[in-house]
Amino acid sequence: MIINHPLLGPRDAQEFTYLGDASLIDRPDWQAEDAADQFHEYVYLRENPAGLHKELWFHEQGDRSWLVVTRNTVTHEITNVELARDVARARGRSK
Amino acid sequence: MRYSGLRVIKEALTGHKGWRPAWRDPEPKKSYDVVIIGGGGHGLATAYYLSKVHKITNVAVIEKGYIGGGNVGRNTTIIRSNYLLDGNEPFYELSLKLWEGLEQDFNYNAMVSQRGILNLVHTDAQRDAARRRGNAMILNGSDAELLDANGVRAMYPFLNFDNARFPIKGGLLHRRGGTVRHDAVAWGYARGADMRGVDIIQNCEVTGFKIENGKCLGVETTKGFIGAKKVASCVAGSSSRVMEKAGMRLPIESHVLQAFVSEGLKPVLDGVITFGAGHFYCSQSDKGGLVFGGDLDMYNSYAQRGNLPVVEDVMEGGMALIPAIGRVRMLRSWGGIMDMSMDGSPFIDKTHIDGLYFNGGWCYGGFKATPASGWCYAHLLATDKPHEVATAYRLDRFRTGHMIDEKGVGPNPNLH
Ligand SMILES: Cc1cc2nc3c(=O)[nH]c(=O)nc-3n(C[C@H](O)[C@H](O)[C@H](O)COP(=O)(O)OP(=O)(O)OC[C@H]3O[C@@H](n4cnc5c(N)ncnc54)[C@H](O)[C@@H]3O)c2cc1C
Repeated sequence: MIINHPLLGPRDAQEFTYLGDASLIDRPDWQAEDAADQFHEYVYLRENPAGLHKELWFHEQGDRSWLVVTRNTVTHEITNVELARDVARARGRSK
Repeated sequence: MRYSGLRVIKEALTGHKGWRPAWRDPEPKKSYDVVIIGGGGHGLATAYYLSKVHKITNVAVIEKGYIGGGNVGRNTTIIRSNYLLDGNEPFYELSLKLWEGLEQDFNYNAMVSQRGILNLVHTDAQRDAARRRGNAMILNGSDAELLDANGVRAMYPFLNFDNARFPIKGGLLHRRGGTVRHDAVAWGYARGADMRGVDIIQNCEVTGFKIENGKCLGVETTKGFIGAKKVASCVAGSSSRVMEKAGMRLPIESHVLQAFVSEGLKPVLDGVITFGAGHFYCSQSDKGGLVFGGDLDMYNSYAQRGNLPVVEDVMEGGMALIPAIGRVRMLRSWGGIMDMSMDGSPFIDKTHIDGLYFNGGWCYGGFKATPASGWCYAHLLATDKPHEVATAYRLDRFRTGHMIDEKGVGPNPNLH
């Protein structure tokens, strides 16, 4: 698989390590009333879709940036790659 | 029809005209006491023990393809009872005991071969871990022997003992472990269940559930609605897809695992060996092919095929351990979809929906579990109580903090 890095261009997926579902960006508020429930869902439960999947890849053997890759889990086709930083900021995180 | 040596001779002498299909091909009835979703090893074993042990015979197994087309026909056939943790080891020990009597029990030649499994160790720390695991196994009634390098050399002189980076310092030998003819397991259980009245319905996909007032009343399928007092999901790599139709999210990710077979060789490897310094394990089939595999491809996947970097990684592991296979040609490779759970251990449990049960999360190790999984799932379905060796396999164990994490790597499904 080739991941089209937004800054570096096409790179072999072997340069990256895989973390999992990009919903891991949305860390719950630890002070919320139902924080325990939210963290249980956040840490342990997954959509695990057959089809498009937004997922976190880390460019470990490259520029060490985190990416959000949109990939089809049935065909392995990659349709979109974004910097995780941009995605997180757009969602109002780590200002 | 009972199979026996005498029968084989009789058929050989009479032109093999007496053999009959090993199971029927029925149309689904309107409703059943139990509907099992998934005709893999676990679904068929569940049907078999439901009908044989619990005398519940108004049962259907609904399979979207053909039985044995899933992971039960794609694995590398290794069976073992060498787990460390209390939540696991008694379950796998029951499974191995059931394997030991299986062929007589279901009157089918599944080629159960207890040829021994040797987990190699390459560092002092690995030796300590092996000793600890061996003790845990023995405490739970399994068998384990710690070998030093000479002990390993006596068994497999051709291994790469003096590799500068990964010297072989010994190994943990589990003599009762071994291999089984995988599809024969599906066929044997299917035949045994069918004989007792279970309907095995192939080419029929479950597309949804009928759930009213928190109770599951049956399943929607490509052959219409089938009513059921109890519905038992047992679909391995498809777990999230099926349970999503009941509105559930699972602590599971689906990942692809590849396996490989070489051209046929003369007998060279009479047991199973696992490399302790890389991802590679190997045995030799009765046809002579080396059967081996390694690590997951590491990313979520529902494609039953993997990518080349893992092929290369597995081959490198093989070469590091057994340099003699350098000229051997590969015959086939394939992939299967693993239901990787958040702690690497499985689930056999009720769900929050009345009458809906779940079995899954088997990761890359569910083949060895087939008999005990069927045994314990049938027990749960028949009595509504977990079997005593499967009490830890609850769906809510992450919420309550009772993970069964053999490797201690946390909620990272691809690392288990
Ligand atoms: C390459 C590889 C190597 C492995 N090696 C080993 C090993 O050496 N030792 C070991 O112990 N384990 C091993 N495993 C793991 C083991 O094969 C699995 O954990 C186990 O087979 C899973 O249980 P099963 O047999 O019931 O699954 P499956 O055979 O996959 O059965 C599930 C069935 O459900 C059906 N299904 C799915 N969705 C639906 C639907 N909507 N409606 C109806 N039916 C449906 C599927 O078609 C499938 O037939 C390996 C797996 C792979 C892929």
